[in-house]
Amino acid sequence: MAMGKLKLIIKREYLAKVRNKSFIIMTFLSPILMVGMIVLIAYLAKVNDSEQRVITILNEGEYFQDTFKNTASLSFIQLRDLTLEQARDTTLAMEYYGLLHIPPEEKLETAAGNAFLYTKDSPVSYVLDRLESTFQSKLRQQRLQDLGVSTAEFEHIEQDFEIRTQTFEGEKSVKGITEIRAFIGGGFGYLIMMFIIIYGGFVMRSVIEEKTSRIIEVIISSVKPFQLMLGKIIGTSLAGVTQFAIWIFSASLLLVIAMLLMDIDLSALNAGPAMGGMATLPTEPVNEMQPYINEMMKIPWMLLIVSFIIYFVLGYLIYSSIYAAIGAAVDNETDTQQFIFPIILPLMLAIYVGFFSVFSNPHGPIAVGFSLFPLTSPIVMLMRLPSGIGEGGVPWWQLLTSIFLLIVTFIGIVWLAAKIYRVGILMYGKKPTYRELLKWLKY
Amino acid sequence: MNHILVAEGVSKKFGSHTALSNISLEIPKNCIYGLLGPNGAGKTTLIRIINQITHPDTGGVYFDGKPLAPEHIASIGYLPEERGLYKSMKVGEQALYLAQLKGLSKVEAKKRLKYWFERLEIDGWWNKKVQELSKGMAQKIQFIVTVLHQPKLLIFDEPFSGFDPINANKIKDEILNLKAQGTSIIFSTHRMESVEELCEYIALLNHSEKILDGKLSDIKKAYKNNVFSVGIQLDGDPNGLLRTFDEFQPSNDVYNAEEKQLSFEVKLPSEGTSNFLGKLAERGRINHFEENVPSANDIFIQTVNQRNGHG
Repeated sequence: MAMGKLKLIIKREYLAKVRNKSFIIMTFLSPILMVGMIVLIAYLAKVNDSEQRVITILNEGEYFQDTFKNTASLSFIQLRDLTLEQARDTTLAMEYYGLLHIPPEEKLETAAGNAFLYTKDSPVSYVLDRLESTFQSKLRQQRLQDLGVSTAEFEHIEQDFEIRTQTFEGEKSVKGITEIRAFIGGGFGYLIMMFIIIYGGFVMRSVIEEKTSRIIEVIISSVKPFQLMLGKIIGTSLAGVTQFAIWIFSASLLLVIAMLLMDIDLSALNAGPAMGGMATLPTEPVNEMQPYINEMMKIPWMLLIVSFIIYFVLGYLIYSSIYAAIGAAVDNETDTQQFIFPIILPLMLAIYVGFFSVFSNPHGPIAVGFSLFPLTSPIVMLMRLPSGIGEGGVPWWQLLTSIFLLIVTFIGIVWLAAKIYRVGILMYGKKPTYRELLKWLKY
Repeated sequence: MNHILVAEGVSKKFGSHTALSNISLEIPKNCIYGLLGPNGAGKTTLIRIINQITHPDTGGVYFDGKPLAPEHIASIGYLPEERGLYKSMKVGEQALYLAQLKGLSKVEAKKRLKYWFERLEIDGWWNKKVQELSKGMAQKIQFIVTVLHQPKLLIFDEPFSGFDPINANKIKDEILNLKAQGTSIIFSTHRMESVEELCEYIALLNHSEKILDGKLSDIKKAYKNNVFSVGIQLDGDPNGLLRTFDEFQPSNDVYNAEEKQLSFEVKLPSEGTSNFLGKLAERGRINHFEENVPSANDIFIQTVNQRNGHG
């Protein structure tokens, strides 16, 4: 019977939420807005990337012939048998980006030294970088040849060098993996924070609505206040899960459709406009990707997902019951401000500590402390967990202590919140203070 | 058992504020019991205790002979003073929800709602949203929801507020009808005048204490002080007449010279009235003679004043 009533309440709260007009609009508008923004950014990046700048070269000397190679973003046109004046006019008339003039000189050094780049406006940095590095490389080759180094030897000297790294266990470690791990954990933590803030607020407003519409006493003459509070929290969170599911599903669907329709390569997003100058970036051979895949496989996904569910459920229940108590304590939403800030504070703290301290040092004292403290642990612990559990990762005792503290806090907070809620829902016309709330606990 | 509800020494404090102190009540079955008192006397707290919304600090409450327990919730119907409905929910859906919370099955609730909607002539409203209704309309729905699960005990807290006189009468008839079907009813109000015609029993609460309870007719009998209103048409001098009856302490006399009509009040001995009436009849034509029965309001004011006088 009691369960039946709880189910009724959950159902009503769920339906009341998902039938709400602004909720429906938010549910379907958000993915469109989000995908729209991604597509716009990708599109702009593409437009930016595809802009090819053309430099005309008037090379009157013998050096630097065939030195400048065309790339996707920068191409060169050789002008011949023109005076500098004529070359400039031509470049301007054709609306090319600029003119590189290399005067006839006897020595390579002086030719380079007297070379000039004419542009309409100040040249963008990647064009300058390209030109300068091309000159630089040619000059270095010449200088070394002067010292008796052959071309073959020069190429040998110029070979790229990359330090090879390895973990103590002998596995090949790769750059950036710490960041990838942190962002996966950060993503989970961020999700929890957003969910708490959005749906905790819904719970609070729903309690206020019951108070202002004066239906509350009718209902709690049939069910216990705690049942009503629990049903409200569960119903609202189910509506939230529904909304999140719709968001994720429709956003990915829209994204795929948008990509197909607009032929946008999403990898352009990762590369970004800054990569334009390095368009000749060598594609990584498959065996270079292997360590990343290995590392991703090494992230303890099962552990991460199970902990996510534990931390999500407990964390959300703790915070939303506080939200419910606040809703019960006040008569209207404007009175909630003084109580909301102290709730959001630990959440914000968790996110900031996470991003600034946990990423760089996942097992440092700050990270450990905040991942044990119950009001921040749902977020911070999830940021630490991708590095694994046990040796080299989060010690088992820390995870278990953190969950234990969270459960104890959960019981304590829900008990306190239920007490405040029980008294608050029947109080009208009182602007509550913290002192007043403390008194309610004794009723 | 002939009592639907018995309270024994119920006390409740909120912090330093005493809401109820040592209240004992016996509410007989199948009667309308008036719970009276000014605002803040503790009526609502007592009702919330009966509804198990709050719990007494000390004392016990017995429903139909058994200590009050969660299973009794389904046997009680409560119309609180602070009442309302979900604004954005449809009328029918909302009534169904509230009925199911009281333990009715969906099918049964639907059947009964249909009956009541027709009875109170609101059967076009099922799909309307509450925010489209007037206050009186919403009150009707609340009344239906309160009585729908056919509880043994109904508690109405200021049931007529929000109703226009016509609909208030309709609801009053429904309450009397429910009583005729065997329901026990607690009727809480601070408007004493509405009590007289409905309640058989009353309890007066003031400043968290019960100051009086019992059968209304007995209470009235106890509070009668043998004062009678008299009206007489006379030829002679009204002052002379009043002086003749000095032993009966005439008071509040009004004389209409044009119609030669004298009205006044006298306090007669409890043995009988014939002595006075015989003498009075000789002086003119008696057109009015009535014992002054105190109203609940008079009794209340008198009792409170007495208490304050003593304390």
